[in-house]
Amino acid sequence: MLTLLGIAVVIVGFVLRFNPLLVVVVAGIVTGLAGNLPLDKILTIFGDAFIKNRYLSIFILTLPVIGLLERNGLKEQAQKLIGNIKVATTGRVLILYLFIRELAAAIGLTALGGHAQMVRPLIAPMAEAAAENKHGNLPEDTRNKIKAFAASADNIGVFFGEDIFIAFGAILLMKGFFEQNGIIMEPLHIAMWGIPTAIAAFVIHGVRLFLLDRKIERDVQNGIATHDKVKGDAAL
Amino acid sequence: MIISLTYIYYIAGLFVALIALLAIRDNGNSKRILTGIFWALYAISFLFGTVIDPMYVGGMVILMAIIAGFGGVGMGKHVEATEQQRMTQSQKLGNWLFMPALLIPIITVFGTVGLKDVKIAGLDLFDKGNITLVSLGVACVIALLATMLLTKEKGMQPIRESRRLIDAIGWAAVLPQMLATLGALFAAAGVGQVVSNLVSAAIPVDNRFLVVFAYTVGMALFTMVMGNAFAAFPVMTAGVGLPLIVKLHGGDPAVLSAIGMFSGYCGTLMTPMAANYNIVPAALLDLPDKNGVIKAQIPTALMLLTVNVFLMYFLVF
Repeated sequence: MLTLLGIAVVIVGFVLRFNPLLVVVVAGIVTGLAGNLPLDKILTIFGDAFIKNRYLSIFILTLPVIGLLERNGLKEQAQKLIGNIKVATTGRVLILYLFIRELAAAIGLTALGGHAQMVRPLIAPMAEAAAENKHGNLPEDTRNKIKAFAASADNIGVFFGEDIFIAFGAILLMKGFFEQNGIIMEPLHIAMWGIPTAIAAFVIHGVRLFLLDRKIERDVQNGIATHDKVKGDAAL
Repeated sequence: MIISLTYIYYIAGLFVALIALLAIRDNGNSKRILTGIFWALYAISFLFGTVIDPMYVGGMVILMAIIAGFGGVGMGKHVEATEQQRMTQSQKLGNWLFMPALLIPIITVFGTVGLKDVKIAGLDLFDKGNITLVSLGVACVIALLATMLLTKEKGMQPIRESRRLIDAIGWAAVLPQMLATLGALFAAAGVGQVVSNLVSAAIPVDNRFLVVFAYTVGMALFTMVMGNAFAAFPVMTAGVGLPLIVKLHGGDPAVLSAIGMFSGYCGTLMTPMAANYNIVPAALLDLPDKNGVIKAQIPTALMLLTVNVFLMYFLVF
């Protein structure tokens, strides 16, 4: 049971917001010591595993390509592309973004989205604007709900898309894990079995985004109703 | 073989070494020496990882964690293209800009599927054991050449742009590899065995559904605790997935991995521990409730986890 101490270190480390690299290393050393491994053996395992798992970081080879393309207006072009598609409602804007984000991640283009790059400057304002076009001014709660859903579309799109791209770290981590246990797998094979869940994720969250439009409508009507009631009371 | 994975590591190593050099020479970064040392150590692991005694590599890894852990990896100064420049270029190049980015996955898949058995003068063209990774490496090189041709950018510019991106990612670039070392230590210390014993004591292991349920839901819970599905995967798979689903019940490890990891991601959607996905965006979007994003995601995560339990049950055996 003492070997579970490492897990406790991870939990405490993250809760106290220490640097994750440091937390992981300390958790590793604690786990090793709790498992009665000598220090030089622990160091060897660190080194060995780090070298064996170098392939997890092969993604850095894509950075020169993405960096150069960004410098030459990749994001601007992507925004133009999304902006040209005329859609009327919050739900549809976010479903479209969910779709594009998941598809792009599935072919390795995770750099096409993100909370800082896309959601804050583009997606959330577009989603809010779509609701405003229809309902006029929005209650603050509704506005916050739309923003939260914009962020969720990004997370769900990228999570459940990128595991069907073979070069993504998670697939390689799984391959590496089984290799250490004597089972050899092709990354493409693992990626393929991610597809059913990826589709389910799109359908489930897509339906929820579709229903968001009605929720906004109800919220706005309730907001107006309360507003009218307040006004009515004031008139009395 | 003609192109082996080792060559791809050499390219990555040279690339990171150049980034380290630029970092050390960057006067705009007050932590330029430590930042440079961090990336230099990383470059060494790519270039000479197999030559150096693993024990010393372990020391290097811990040194990297200490440098990053005490804030030694800083942001450099970058000369970015202006909005005006980027708009002009995007107007000029249009949708061609997507071409090199798309080349990477297309060539990777083509190499993996199409060039698997290609031989030149009796030698395999690609390292067969690591065909996907080698294809990816080759794809990146070809895509880079295509980008340079398209944009007419030359010399060190690709490296400078990469440094801009890697600075934004920072030490987190090394995190997946670091988490893998934690997985190895958990394995060596027998954490999986302890978890396995706990689970075996808690559920009847001959019931396929309960085993699948324990693994998928366990992945989600463990991910919520650790904030990261990558960290949960080796522990839960060593403890429950591999011994009970694959070995005892003959499940397919590829299905197990794919759906198991996705079950972990359902946990990621529900935890403040996954700060960069859930807490940072709430701050970025000025939400008054810092758990607002998590609240929007919980129903999707729970429904998807249920779907995963059944997908795993029907597909893995």
